[in-house]
Amino acid sequence: MDVMPKWAEVVLVPLISLLLAAIISALIILAIGEDPIAAAKLMVEGAVGSVRGWSYTLYYATNFIFTGLAVSIAFHARMFNIGGEGQAMLGGMGVALACLYVPWPHWSIALMAAIVMAAAFGALWALIPAYLQAKRGSHIVITTIMFNFIASALLIFVINEFLKPVGSQDPSSARFAAHLDLPTLNSILSSMGIKSSKDDSVNVTFLVSLLCAFGVWLLLWRTRLGYEIRAFGHSESAAKYAGINPVKITVVAMLISGGLAGLMGINTVMGEAERLVLNSTEGAGFIGIAVALMGRSHPVGVVIAAVLFGFLYQGGAELAFWTSIPRELIVVIQALVILFTGALDNMVRMPLERIFLMVRRNKSAGDV
Amino acid sequence: MTLMTKFMGAAATLALTAGAALAEPALIFDLGGKFDKSFNEAAFNGAQRWVDETGGSFREIELQSEAQREQALRRFAEAGSNPIITMGFGMADPLATVAPDYPDIKFVAVDVTWLDVPNIRQIGFAEHEGSYLVGMMAGMASKSNTVGFIGGMDIPLIRHFGCGYAQGVKAVNPDATVVANMTGTTPAAWNDPVKGSELTKAQISQGADVVYSAAGGTGVGVLQTAADEGILSIGVDSNQNYLHPGKVLTSMLKRVDVAVYDALKAGENVETGVFTLGLAEEGVGVAMDDNNASLVSNEMKTAVEEARAKIISGELEVVAYYANDSCPALDF
Repeated sequence: MDVMPKWAEVVLVPLISLLLAAIISALIILAIGEDPIAAAKLMVEGAVGSVRGWSYTLYYATNFIFTGLAVSIAFHARMFNIGGEGQAMLGGMGVALACLYVPWPHWSIALMAAIVMAAAFGALWALIPAYLQAKRGSHIVITTIMFNFIASALLIFVINEFLKPVGSQDPSSARFAAHLDLPTLNSILSSMGIKSSKDDSVNVTFLVSLLCAFGVWLLLWRTRLGYEIRAFGHSESAAKYAGINPVKITVVAMLISGGLAGLMGINTVMGEAERLVLNSTEGAGFIGIAVALMGRSHPVGVVIAAVLFGFLYQGGAELAFWTSIPRELIVVIQALVILFTGALDNMVRMPLERIFLMVRRNKSAGDV
Repeated sequence: MTLMTKFMGAAATLALTAGAALAEPALIFDLGGKFDKSFNEAAFNGAQRWVDETGGSFREIELQSEAQREQALRRFAEAGSNPIITMGFGMADPLATVAPDYPDIKFVAVDVTWLDVPNIRQIGFAEHEGSYLVGMMAGMASKSNTVGFIGGMDIPLIRHFGCGYAQGVKAVNPDATVVANMTGTTPAAWNDPVKGSELTKAQISQGADVVYSAAGGTGVGVLQTAADEGILSIGVDSNQNYLHPGKVLTSMLKRVDVAVYDALKAGENVETGVFTLGLAEEGVGVAMDDNNASLVSNEMKTAVEEARAKIISGELEVVAYYANDSCPALDF
């Protein structure tokens, strides 16, 4: 029934898409008078050639895993949650409140509390659009994107009025207590006696994100709720006929989705900045959509796609450090990858399918 | 042993001098980007002036994410860049972490004044003083007794601008109303001329006939609409009088370019400590040139000159919003 074998579907299609994106990027770099091979080398070395590079690549990847999973869960229930940005902002706010107002004795306990707060805040932010969709039919795309703006207004208000230390000119909260710093790759390596750069970002939140990816897989393919979500996504009327409550599934799927997006706040707020800053989400909520598209809404695919985007972010930063390639062009390269892997998927898939069909036909003709 | 020490010493000296020879200064632009027609561009212009005059070169990066703040500082510090100049209050916290790790490198932080680290030159601007002066001019130029203020985002720095402005307006025209709006809630607010234009129209409908924009690239739209609708506007950061000659009342100058140029010129020997550049240091001021000469009455000129002298001598104090996070003349 499948036109292509599984391996071609999962490996070949994204790989060809990436290759196309790389070729066009190289042409653009060539057009502005830089050396594309040197640029590619710089990106690879900067992103995965050292502990420091890996550290930043995985730091960005952690953000994208959370938001990618969030979008995926909603996709399975055939909903388009583009409010990951706002949900992550609120999640970060939850983390900050937990870290600022409770004197936790140890980071591990604080992390547990942060997970609960981030998920709860993110989920609650998704609850209102979910309710409006389920009960009133207000389209979730519209409501979630509008909630992003409300979230950032709320964040500014809370920081300005409550969290900003008096007299500070920086719109951010106070720093969290030093013992709440999440262990980073560097501190783990050096406790094992390996010296590495102090300049790193990836922290234990990465492990939390992997656990979440596993949890999402369990939920979707090994539980009754997951089955209901997928059934609802495939056909609402059939799901209703089977006794699945559409209101419940819409709300629950969005709560889980918002909670996952909210968890991203742990990584940026507690893991990296160690305080609540205005601009901590930086579009990761939107990158999550690309990650989910590229990862075909499967947790394994999401993790791989997230690492790829982490690579693009960190590699892009290295390009900006050591070449005169302007940062707009780095955004162009990132956009090309999204374009080819997400939007222009069929451009690669259809010719490939034709080739596979042709090969199969020739084979069966030969058999006869 | 002595021979060994000598070798070691020689090697160390060699390493040091090699490092010194390679030490290009570095400039870290804030998230707004190098060509924001405002704050970051002023820094770039200052650096470019230094390049043109000395033939030197500098490394630069336009930040794309919060995580890159610390990363950029460490990468440039490890590459031996000295001094490393940073733009914006967002660098304060990363600098507090990174600068102590590189005691031999001088850091220059524009718009940061509250850190306690010895190897940072912290430069703040008394934006409220400059805004006070343009506020006085707005208060005197207004016929409707209503003036407008359009900020970028609702952050302390912008309230600081608005607060000085409102105090200036009230000083010359106690009955005047100040209408204040912020452009947006996301960083896009710094570069949204269309929204700036709409806000200007909204303020005109509330009676405003002078608007002051402190919103980066958004201000281009504010100035344009004010000129189209026949009211006066006030530019910010750079001298924007030339954008619409005869239509822009004045501009509040914030000489970021001079601060960056001076730091680059001093090089590795740049003096560290906290420096606040106000009217006295000509770090802030009002722009008077041919483009706005027809708009500025002699009365205005005298009033501004008097207030400037009084602020410099300390006789007149403009309340800074930062002092206790509140403004005597304007509610946000």
